[in-house]
Amino acid sequence: MTWWTRLRQFAGEHRSIAVLGGWVLVGALLPVLVLVPPFSTFQEQSLWLGGFANAGVFILLALGLNIVVGLAGLLDLGYAAFFAIGSYAYAFGASSFTGQHIPFWPMLIIGALAAATFGILLGAPTLRLRGDYLAIVTLGFGEIVPAIFLNADSLTRGTNGIGGVAQPELLGLKFDFSNPVPFYVTMVAILAIVMLFIYRLQASRLGRAWMAIREDELAAASSGINTVTTKLLAFALGASTAGLAGVFNASKLGIVTPDQFGFAVSFTVLAMVVLGGMGNVWGVAVGAFVLYEIQSVLLKQLNQFFHGLHVPVLENIDFVQYQFLLYGLALVGMMLLRPEGLFPSRRRQQELHAASEEIADVPPPTSAVAGE
Amino acid sequence: MTAAASPHPEPELILRAERVTKRFGGLVAVKEVDLEIPRGSIVSLIGPNGAGKTTFFNVIVGILDPTSGHVRIGGRRLIGRPVRGWVEPVIWVLPAVIIGLLTGLAWVATANAEIAGFGAALTVFALAAMFLAAIIRPSWYLRLLHSAGVFRSAKPNEMVDAGIGRTFQNIRLFANMTARENVLVGMHSKLHSNAFDALFSTPRARNEEVRATERASELLALVGLRGRDDVVARNLPYGDQRRLEVARALASDPSLLLLDEPTAGMNPQETLNMMELIRKLRSELGVSILLIEHDMRLVMGVSDRITVLDHGDLIAEGTPEEIRRNPKVIEAYLGKPPE
Repeated sequence: MTWWTRLRQFAGEHRSIAVLGGWVLVGALLPVLVLVPPFSTFQEQSLWLGGFANAGVFILLALGLNIVVGLAGLLDLGYAAFFAIGSYAYAFGASSFTGQHIPFWPMLIIGALAAATFGILLGAPTLRLRGDYLAIVTLGFGEIVPAIFLNADSLTRGTNGIGGVAQPELLGLKFDFSNPVPFYVTMVAILAIVMLFIYRLQASRLGRAWMAIREDELAAASSGINTVTTKLLAFALGASTAGLAGVFNASKLGIVTPDQFGFAVSFTVLAMVVLGGMGNVWGVAVGAFVLYEIQSVLLKQLNQFFHGLHVPVLENIDFVQYQFLLYGLALVGMMLLRPEGLFPSRRRQQELHAASEEIADVPPPTSAVAGE
Repeated sequence: MTAAASPHPEPELILRAERVTKRFGGLVAVKEVDLEIPRGSIVSLIGPNGAGKTTFFNVIVGILDPTSGHVRIGGRRLIGRPVRGWVEPVIWVLPAVIIGLLTGLAWVATANAEIAGFGAALTVFALAAMFLAAIIRPSWYLRLLHSAGVFRSAKPNEMVDAGIGRTFQNIRLFANMTARENVLVGMHSKLHSNAFDALFSTPRARNEEVRATERASELLALVGLRGRDDVVARNLPYGDQRRLEVARALASDPSLLLLDEPTAGMNPQETLNMMELIRKLRSELGVSILLIEHDMRLVMGVSDRITVLDHGDLIAEGTPEEIRRNPKVIEAYLGKPPE
């Protein structure tokens, strides 16, 4: 296994190359993988790729929420609001409804900035709240934003939503619904860049400050960290990632409606972060991908599978309807068996197992210090 | 011997607390306490349990606002009773409200939906801009506050910027971070790379990081934790955790170090080592030190001046020799002798 350790060492030393290379590899392998049975029997390749692009939206959301929840330790239950703001920013900027035609690529940045602005607006008055209180305020915000888009009829066409949202265009290639490949490639590129940025943030002065705040806010403030600005930056950066996801999603679906941004989205993304392993960037991405594919592919396949077999009771169950029940069960099981997530960050694992260790050996294990 | 290398004939005061009072409802926890710390000196604050030492400490580090009195750091009044605090939130929303009303009126007058949309965007922008200004606190914002007569005590992180480092009575390290990371967090205010530098991994950020890591190792060596850089803080022995806290506080290059019971829970040998360290900090780094302590032996051994609190009152101030003989102090610690 020396090649493996050598690879790990290389990835540790050249993180940026590892992240970009990893995404190129994943992006190239996935389309091939779905041609192999059993995946090829589920659905055809273009459907798979379209599904992957949608999964990418959720991976982006999970990566962004991971900054807020996993790194800075702020529980945000209304994260879908920023997703909505990104989507509507694109719908206002580029659709036949408003008559504006700003191209997709600058709109990615504009949508991210708009979401970050609202992140600051929400964060500035509320970030002095802690723990549960912050969660409640963000929950409220997550309900208010879709409600505003729903009721501002003249601007957003209410429940009908804004249709005719423009598709991206790059060097003369027009993206359209019939061909998911350009969307897939774009999403892989966005994910690679976003993940690179998040890794760099995590290892920087700012990332250390987030960790310090998560560990002990008073000690962080007494070490010279402006906790308000630092938390706000986490909020704004998390929100801007959701804004990116929103712009992409709007352009891919071609329509933006308020019901795309309910509490279910916030909850799903939070479940993805928790299941994947809070604080671990790759873990969160994998967790989001796995959960998305389970809900969009596996549950349907289960339906067909049991239907085909004519199993008495299972045949009549529509598994897709039980999606949230299954999430709930998965979360409960997770918290009991593996609270640090499927792919925990080293640090989180230490935190969550600290209590049991302390009970195990009352004087702290000084022998473990011999790492000199 | 004292590192009072100041050119002034009078020793320059690094901290001056004037008539600091803190009241919690009916309880007066600290009553009109004065404290002066000359540059390069070691000053101690002692008193029996419940004397108000920690409350006083929390006032001068910016955690509690005093009921009256104030604290000057290097001549600047940084801590005092807040004045007209309600003005600040009004300043935050005022521009947005004005813009919103004006564009609202324009909308009603012209019935032009574009104006409404533009006005709404402008209002949101004004609100976001004021919030950002309040958080970043640029000089024009501070002038605005000043002209509105608003005063607010410095926050703990602003006290660090003013050159004050502190440790905690019950150790508050970042337990799951390594010793080096703890010290690097302490260096936060001395480092300048921002989110942009981090995202694009600029040379500035990378160089700064390399230098900061070297400095962190030096500081760890100074407090006696050489080579422990990569040990997770929680796995360090108790005495070493205290030392790491000192290193973290030193990382911001403070001119005054506040130590809140640095020897609490230590055995006699560890206490001796801590005394040694405190002397070394003054002689090698030239920092002034305010010590809050229970341990009389430590206090008498290292202090230049001692201030004694009892039930919130300042009952004595002087050199260790004067304090040792002061009957009021003996009474406070041992009780009144029988008549």
